[in-house]
Amino acid sequence: MHKNILQSIENVAIWPVISFVIFFLFFIILLWYVITVDKSFIHYMKELPADDGTDNKTSNQNETEHL
Amino acid sequence: MELQQFNYDNRIVKAFIIATVVFGLIGMLVGLTAAIQLFYPVFNFDSQYTTFGRIRPLHTNAVIFAFVGNAMFAGIYYSMQRLLKTRMYSDILSWINFWGWQLIIVAAVITLPLGLTTSKEYAELEWPIDIAIAVVWVVFGWNMIATILVRREKHMYVAIWFYIATFITVAVLHIVNSFGVPVTAFKSYSWYAGVQDALVQWWYGHNAVAFFLTTPFLGLMYYYLPKAANRPVYSYRLSIIHFWSLIFIYIWAGPHHLLYTSLPDWAQSLGTVFSIMLIAPSWGGMLNGLLTLRGAWDRVREDPVLKFMVVAVTAYGMATLEGPLLSLKNVNAIAHFTDWIIAHVHVGGLGWNGFLTFGMLYWLVPRLWRTKLYSTGLANVHFWLGTLGIIFYAVPMYISGITQSLMWQEFNSEGFLVYKNFLETTVQILPMYMLRAAGGALYLAGAIIMTYNLIRTAQQGSFLKDEAAEAAPYARGTRSTGGWHQVLESKPILFTVLALIAILIGGVIEMVPTFLVKSNVPTITSVKPYTPLELHGRDIYIREGCVGCHTQMVRPFRSEVERYDPLNGEYSKAGEYVYDHPFLWGSKRTGPDLQRVGGKYSDSWHFNHMYQPDAVSANSIMPAYPWLFSQSIRKSETEAKIRALRKIGVPYDEGYESIAVQDLEAQAKQIVENLQADNIEISADAEIVALIAYLQRLGRDIQAGKQASTEQ
Repeated sequence: MHKNILQSIENVAIWPVISFVIFFLFFIILLWYVITVDKSFIHYMKELPADDGTDNKTSNQNETEHL
Repeated sequence: MELQQFNYDNRIVKAFIIATVVFGLIGMLVGLTAAIQLFYPVFNFDSQYTTFGRIRPLHTNAVIFAFVGNAMFAGIYYSMQRLLKTRMYSDILSWINFWGWQLIIVAAVITLPLGLTTSKEYAELEWPIDIAIAVVWVVFGWNMIATILVRREKHMYVAIWFYIATFITVAVLHIVNSFGVPVTAFKSYSWYAGVQDALVQWWYGHNAVAFFLTTPFLGLMYYYLPKAANRPVYSYRLSIIHFWSLIFIYIWAGPHHLLYTSLPDWAQSLGTVFSIMLIAPSWGGMLNGLLTLRGAWDRVREDPVLKFMVVAVTAYGMATLEGPLLSLKNVNAIAHFTDWIIAHVHVGGLGWNGFLTFGMLYWLVPRLWRTKLYSTGLANVHFWLGTLGIIFYAVPMYISGITQSLMWQEFNSEGFLVYKNFLETTVQILPMYMLRAAGGALYLAGAIIMTYNLIRTAQQGSFLKDEAAEAAPYARGTRSTGGWHQVLESKPILFTVLALIAILIGGVIEMVPTFLVKSNVPTITSVKPYTPLELHGRDIYIREGCVGCHTQMVRPFRSEVERYDPLNGEYSKAGEYVYDHPFLWGSKRTGPDLQRVGGKYSDSWHFNHMYQPDAVSANSIMPAYPWLFSQSIRKSETEAKIRALRKIGVPYDEGYESIAVQDLEAQAKQIVENLQADNIEISADAEIVALIAYLQRLGRDIQAGKQASTEQ
């Protein structure tokens, strides 16, 4: 059976540590990105649902930047 | 740049809306019936097609895949076209998606009451339907990715990311969890056994909640909430973090469904840690939704669409805080297997999925039919009925869950269980079951009022089949101005691959060690494969949905060992389940655990109990199973069953299938003789004989092992 290919994995305890490191690094990079991202791009993306190319466009007022 | 003219396809949205409403009403009605059966067993109608065990999966499948599934498709088909400024890539694929999905639902409505089930929760449908689901799902994904590729809008809005993650993850989950070996046209055995099957199933089950009930609806929230509130999402930056951290973390948390079970300890801890981490992205998303309404709270008072959405997002926040708390081992020890979990999932289902769907429908239908909502007053009535329905559903279930759990664990001063008879704890909570049904009825009444309101709205308007729009073409080759994520948002295939990698990392790290490391499932030499008769009995147990109310997992608590195995004091071990294809641990104890029931009662006790439960145990709410006494064991399938199981690793000797029926008949004869000794006459071919054989086998192996070691 395929499940018996390996009898054991050396240091299985390291797996959760690896998981944590992968996630932590990923999250730091992501955070760094959203803090430094171009404001006008964020503004553009926020407005996408409002503009769907039809006549009944909804307008958005009182724009403010957050985060 | 010159603007291009094109049309949005509204017909496909309309079709999915109709399917949402129709299947929503059916799914809720079946749920209400199941709720009533729990305090009035007479509503099982003494028919095998309407017993609780068979209609419970019908309810869960109907509300998850038919109601929420169709709502998700309706919402995605409407919003995706507009966010990408293009018609769907192919109308034909859209309609294959629609009709294929409805046919699958009809197949479920037919096969589940017939007892054709794998018994794995939310994956009960048998293998031919599983294949159909995979095909239709790929058609949906193909249409979606192709639409993204022909888009006119360069960047993909956050809602689209959630749709992509939904598509790829559900595809991976469905395929991995459905691996099985077919026995007949509508019967298969899970490829995995015992602990491994449990781990795969709850990796699937947990992430089905995540990627079928949560991510698509978060995508819908990010589109419809800003549309309804007429203002952009509060923080787009937060939505980026919300998306990536949610899909990255969610996939790891599955083992929290298996705390204190025979799953290896490290896997349980991994599930708990990642569940707690989930609070951050979930609440980030909830706050992002609620804060989108900043400055528009006055409109929430008047607009039923916003009312529904606010409660939906709040319910999302409550359920996603409660979930991680439930995955703490000390809380889980109280809540697991009780009605607390039923309350938890219904706060999510009725509140988050239901109310977001209702809000979306109240917003969409007037727009598609070019009119105003027929009655805001009726929509408000629906809102209050629905809200009261949720409260009347959830509160009694919390009370019932905690009450029963405390009664299970209560010892008197002499060290004995106070409520030794499980039934005492059930009778205690029946009033709560009645209140819960009242809550469900209120919620359903609200949905019926909505249906009337939407039909009248459609009648007074005129449906717009193709909605004209114009947009500039997407100039390919233009460079993005910003960082890597902007580049990613303009590269859908790369984005999809990265999202796939994010969800695979969790799945692989969680599962590989359990599958590859032999020591994770210690072998117990006295555990032997089921005999042919027991195998038939087990398949009847699966067919009747016994697993919906009875667990086979004695957790390592004094109260459970004392209740379920007072003589030997054995809690459940991973090695006991190595031949269980599929595992039958269950997730809810409406009746007692059965892992150690073998030998506890006589054959005639089981016989009488299955025929008329309340005659044997007064006040029992278990339905009667009279058909088991007239239907015959399908011996023609014995050979195929043995062969199929050997193929997936159960050590039946080569050629055993040819003599299996003889063994079956010999064992059946023995049980019939036991019954005759108690003046009961029954054919040796009757299904009840097989079921008795299976029930009497449960837990015997570990006892046999103990006896053997004592003799040595």
